[in-house]
Amino acid sequence: MAGKAVVDPFEDIPGTTLFNAERSYIGYHLNMFCMSLMKKAGRDEFKANEDLYLRKWPMTDEQREAVLKRDWGRMIQLGGNVYFLSKLFSTDGLSFQFVAASMTGMTQEQYADMMLHGGRKVDGNRSKSEWVK
Amino acid sequence: MSEANPFDDIPGTTLFDANKSREGYHLNMFCMSIGNADNRDEFKKDERTYLDRYPMTEEQRECVLKRDALRLIEIGGNIYFLAKLFYADGRAMRSVCAGMAGMTDKQYEEMMLSGGRSPDGNRSKSEWA
Amino acid sequence: MAKIVASVNCSHVPAIGAAWDLGKTEQPYWQPVFKGFEYSKKWIADLKPDVVILVYNDHASAFSLEVIPTFALGTGAEFKPADEGWGPRPVPTVYGHPKLASHIAQSVILDEFDLTLVNKMDVDHGLTVPLTLMFGQPEEWPCKVIPLAVNVVQYPPPTGNRCYNLGKAIKKAVEEYPEDLRVVIFGTGGMSHQLQGKRAGLINKEWDNNFLDLLTHEPDKAAKIPFIEYVRETGSEGIEMVMWLVSRGALEDKVREKHRYYHVPASNTALGHLILENESFKG
Repeated sequence: MAGKAVVDPFEDIPGTTLFNAERSYIGYHLNMFCMSLMKKAGRDEFKANEDLYLRKWPMTDEQREAVLKRDWGRMIQLGGNVYFLSKLFSTDGLSFQFVAASMTGMTQEQYADMMLHGGRKVDGNRSKSEWVK
Repeated sequence: MSEANPFDDIPGTTLFDANKSREGYHLNMFCMSIGNADNRDEFKKDERTYLDRYPMTEEQRECVLKRDALRLIEIGGNIYFLAKLFYADGRAMRSVCAGMAGMTDKQYEEMMLSGGRSPDGNRSKSEWA
Repeated sequence: MAKIVASVNCSHVPAIGAAWDLGKTEQPYWQPVFKGFEYSKKWIADLKPDVVILVYNDHASAFSLEVIPTFALGTGAEFKPADEGWGPRPVPTVYGHPKLASHIAQSVILDEFDLTLVNKMDVDHGLTVPLTLMFGQPEEWPCKVIPLAVNVVQYPPPTGNRCYNLGKAIKKAVEEYPEDLRVVIFGTGGMSHQLQGKRAGLINKEWDNNFLDLLTHEPDKAAKIPFIEYVRETGSEGIEMVMWLVSRGALEDKVREKHRYYHVPASNTALGHLILENESFKG
């Protein structure tokens, strides 16, 4: 992050991408594409030809590919914000839980099961150093 | 405000606060709409019909049709929004101000060239009484 | 590290832009307006700022009454000149500095100021007229511009004190940005004017010039001027001068006045102009 001489503590949280102003700028067009899916006309046009529709926004090739492949984790890394991405997976008829599960590498059943048992514990999940095995 | 609002004491001046903003919301949003060229054309074809689309008061509609700038300011119009209405007519801001001040364009221009309207005698409604 | 070295204050009257665009600058009415900026154009050309933070107000262009942000910081990459009813002004697109703007946003919000961040907005005469006055008619603006739009359309605007403190927070943010950027901050709008009601045409030369003195030498006092005084003394639209406190707050306590100019009328408005440099700035 600009202006920080020491390691930014927000960057140390494992499996977590902070949607700050810089990421907002990087992901601007990706997120604005997602916004457009709030309108039915947008959704219909997207479904008719995804690649063509995506090219209306000056996003990067990487972002476009991540959308086409529905690589949710990658979209987050490339500046997508989950509330905007939700309009994309809603268009696909997918639930928040399905997408969340896919970003963790679990099946939806495994994820749902984890949630029913109290969710993912914070212990061992506070710092990237804890994820290094 | 439980006591008299000092802003109400300034003569010939309407403070555009949240209350006025609420009062004039649709009037001002109508004005905003004719910042767009296509809307302007549509408005000019049939002003009354265009105005009816906005749930403003009948008085606001009448004042727009009459171009009564002074009254529009008093009933919720904000000058920057109203400006779009007058620009659509091809009128300059100076001319609109002159009209509101009850002067001809020439009189207003002369006043401005001589240094503008002085605040002396124009600070309190009591001075205008 | 980046540093704000100077401030520029000036009016942003739309008619000034129109006069420039229509080639009327040599007409007897407009000549005295533009004369006041001859020094200024040379000063800023010599200074060569990398970034201008431009404090102004939108005039029902980017913001209607649907959204009324008190402070809107432009973090986008570019801002187009607004079509205010007669086509966009024929001036270059304004290019922002998203990295610095985002850095300022983060720092200032963490300093407990509440900002609205705007990635997409058109910029109207409030922003482009000061750029014309200071830079003339270049092919491209010679530096990046970070817009900071302040609500002065619907009462109440942020107080002078709030604006002043925001300026200080912006100064701190800029000084923590790790690139060596030379930054100038503009505070625009004013000076006395009233565009509405029977009191339209109000001008208060005495108050305006006193404000120029206070802003330079006693900004703490200038920051405490209550709104009733702005409106009563300088007109309903004179309240714009509260934005000049943002730019003053972003300078050090000790400043030197490089240039001052005042002229009536510029359309309905008293044209005021001030250039201040930090005393510590060695040029």
